[in-house]
Amino acid sequence: MTNTASPTNDPGRSPATAISARGLVKHFGDVKAVDGIDLDVPRGTIFAILGPNGAGKTTFMRMLATLSRPDSGTATVMGHDLVAEPGAVRSAIAMTGQFASLDEDLTGRENMVLLARLWGFRGRQATRRANDLLAAFNLADAAHKQVKDYSGGMRRRLDIAASLIVTPGVLFLDEPTTGLDPKARQDVWRMIRRLAGAGVTILLTTQYLDEADQLAARIAVIDHGRKIAEGTSRELKAATGSGFLNVTLVDPAQADAAVALLADALASDPHRNVEGGQVSVLANSANAANAAVGKLLAAGIELTDYSMGQPSLDDVFFALTGHPAESTDTQEGERP
Amino acid sequence: MSDIDAILNAGGANRPPSSSAASNALVFGWRAMLKFKHVPEQMFDLVMTPIMFTLLFTFVFGGALAGSTSDYLQFFLPGILVQTVVFNSVYSGMGLSTDLSKGLFDRFRSLPIWALAPFAGLMVGDILRHLIAGLIILTIGLILGYRPEAGLPGVIGAFTMLIAIGFGMGWVFIVLGLLIRTPTTVMTVGFSFLFPLVFASNIMVEPVTMPGWLRAFVEVNPVSLMTTALRGFMGGGITATEIGLALIAPVTLTLLLAPLTLWIYLRRE
Repeated sequence: MTNTASPTNDPGRSPATAISARGLVKHFGDVKAVDGIDLDVPRGTIFAILGPNGAGKTTFMRMLATLSRPDSGTATVMGHDLVAEPGAVRSAIAMTGQFASLDEDLTGRENMVLLARLWGFRGRQATRRANDLLAAFNLADAAHKQVKDYSGGMRRRLDIAASLIVTPGVLFLDEPTTGLDPKARQDVWRMIRRLAGAGVTILLTTQYLDEADQLAARIAVIDHGRKIAEGTSRELKAATGSGFLNVTLVDPAQADAAVALLADALASDPHRNVEGGQVSVLANSANAANAAVGKLLAAGIELTDYSMGQPSLDDVFFALTGHPAESTDTQEGERP
Repeated sequence: MSDIDAILNAGGANRPPSSSAASNALVFGWRAMLKFKHVPEQMFDLVMTPIMFTLLFTFVFGGALAGSTSDYLQFFLPGILVQTVVFNSVYSGMGLSTDLSKGLFDRFRSLPIWALAPFAGLMVGDILRHLIAGLIILTIGLILGYRPEAGLPGVIGAFTMLIAIGFGMGWVFIVLGLLIRTPTTVMTVGFSFLFPLVFASNIMVEPVTMPGWLRAFVEVNPVSLMTTALRGFMGGGITATEIGLALIAPVTLTLLLAPLTLWIYLRRE
C-alpha cells in the first residue's frame, strides 16, 4: 500500500516535488523520536501526517522547518537541501506551530507588522500588508486588541495569517485544529483548502482521523517514529479490509460483552472507540454481519444504531498498529 | 475570506528584498518598546523594591550607620542604582523564558533573519528599563535631599556605566533563560546568587567593620567595584582605574556569554 513516487529519478530535484525526505532520523537520548522516514510531497497538495501523540509527527515537521537538525538522512524542501541551505529553506517556508507563536502582549496588528518588517517590508508597506492579511482573515475588527484577549479560533487564524506575510512555497501546520471548537475547526479547514487551491503546498500533522480524511490528498500514518503506511484515504481504507460492521450500544457498560460476542460471531478482532459506546469489527459479508447483530440482540444487548460500511480511518489505524489512534491525551508527549 | 487569493498573489509577487541584520535588531527593539506600552505595570515591579530599600535604609538605619539620614542617603543612592540594575536584569531572562515556552521563538527561528536579532531586541528593552528605573530612583533621591556633587556630567557618566553593567549582566540571564524552561525558576535561580553578591558588597555599608575573610570578598566583589565607580561619577573624583575595575565584569561576561548564547540558541531543539 506504500505508494512512494518514482524510485528511479531523484524526486528532490523534480520541480513537481515540494518536499522530499530520505531516511530522516532524530534521537532524543535513547529515544528514537523519528526513526528513518521517507516522504515525497507533490507541490500544491495537502499532505497529512497522521498519528497519535508521541508518534514523532512534530519532531519530523520541525526537522523539515529547520528548527531541529536531523541526526541522519537527507531532505530537500522546494529544491533546497535542509542542512546545506537552511537559509534558502527558511525563505521558502512558513510554520505555524502547535503552540500559538504570537506575542500575547501585543495587538494582532502589531504582531503582523512586526513579522512583516522582519520579512523586509518597510514602514507603510508593512502596515498595509498587515492590514490586508487581517482583513482577509476576518480579524480587522480585532486588530487593535491584545492577542491574549483573542479566542482560540481567532488566535489560530492570526497564526496562519502570520505565516502568509510572504506567500510560502510550503506551509507547515502542526495540529492546526487541536483545541478548537467545531465552528472554528470548520473555518480553519476552509482556509487550508483555499490556500492549497491557490497553490501553496501544505504539510499538516493531525491526530484527528476525520481531519486527514477531509483535507488531505495523501496521508502518511506514523507510529513510534516510523511511517507504517502511506496513500490516499481510499487506498488506506481498501488495504484494511472489505467491510466493517459498526454498532452503537445503548449502554456502554455492555461493551465488553458485545466485543466478546462479535469476536466469536465474526472470527475477527473487534475494536471499540475511546468512549466505549461504539464497536466496529471486520465483516466479510452482509449476511454474517446480520447474523452477528441478531446474536447481540438475542443476548439482550440493545443497540441505538448499526451500519455496514467502509472502514473509518480509526479502523485503519487499529488494523495497522493494533492500537487505537487516539489512545493518549497528553499534550506534551512530543516535546523533548 | 474571499480576499485570500489576492493576498497570496500579492505576497508572492511583491516579495520584499531580504532584510539586514541591523533592521532585524531594530524591529525587535520596537517590540521591546511596545511591551512598555502594553505592560506598563512591569515598571512597578522594577522600582518598588529599590524605592522600599531607599526609604528603609535611609530613615531606619541611615542615622545609626552614617550619623545622619542625609549623609547616609548621599552614600547609599549610587549603590541602590547598581542594585536596581543588577536585580532588574533577572527580568529579561524571565521574559525570554516566557517567549521560549510559548513557541514564539520557533516562529522567529524559522524566519530568514539574523539569528541574534531577537537577543539584540531584548537588550534594547533592558537598556530602556534600566534607564527608566534609574531615573525614577534618582528623582526620588533628589526629592529626599540627595545631591550629586559632580552635577549633570557626573550623572550622565553614572548612567552610561549603569547601561554597561546592565548589558553585561543581561547575558547571564539570557543564558539562564535559554537553559531554564520555567520563568519563575529563572527568577529563583537568579536571585539566589544575586542576593549574596549584592548584600556582601559596599552598597549598604563600608566593609571596614566586617570580619577579614568577608572584607576580602567584598573588596573584589564586582558589585562593589561598580558601586565605587558610580560613587566616583556622581560624587566627583572618578578615576580611570575605578572605571576599568568596574567594567571588568560586564566586559568579561559579554565576551564569554554572547558567543555561548548563540551556540546554545542554534543548537536548541
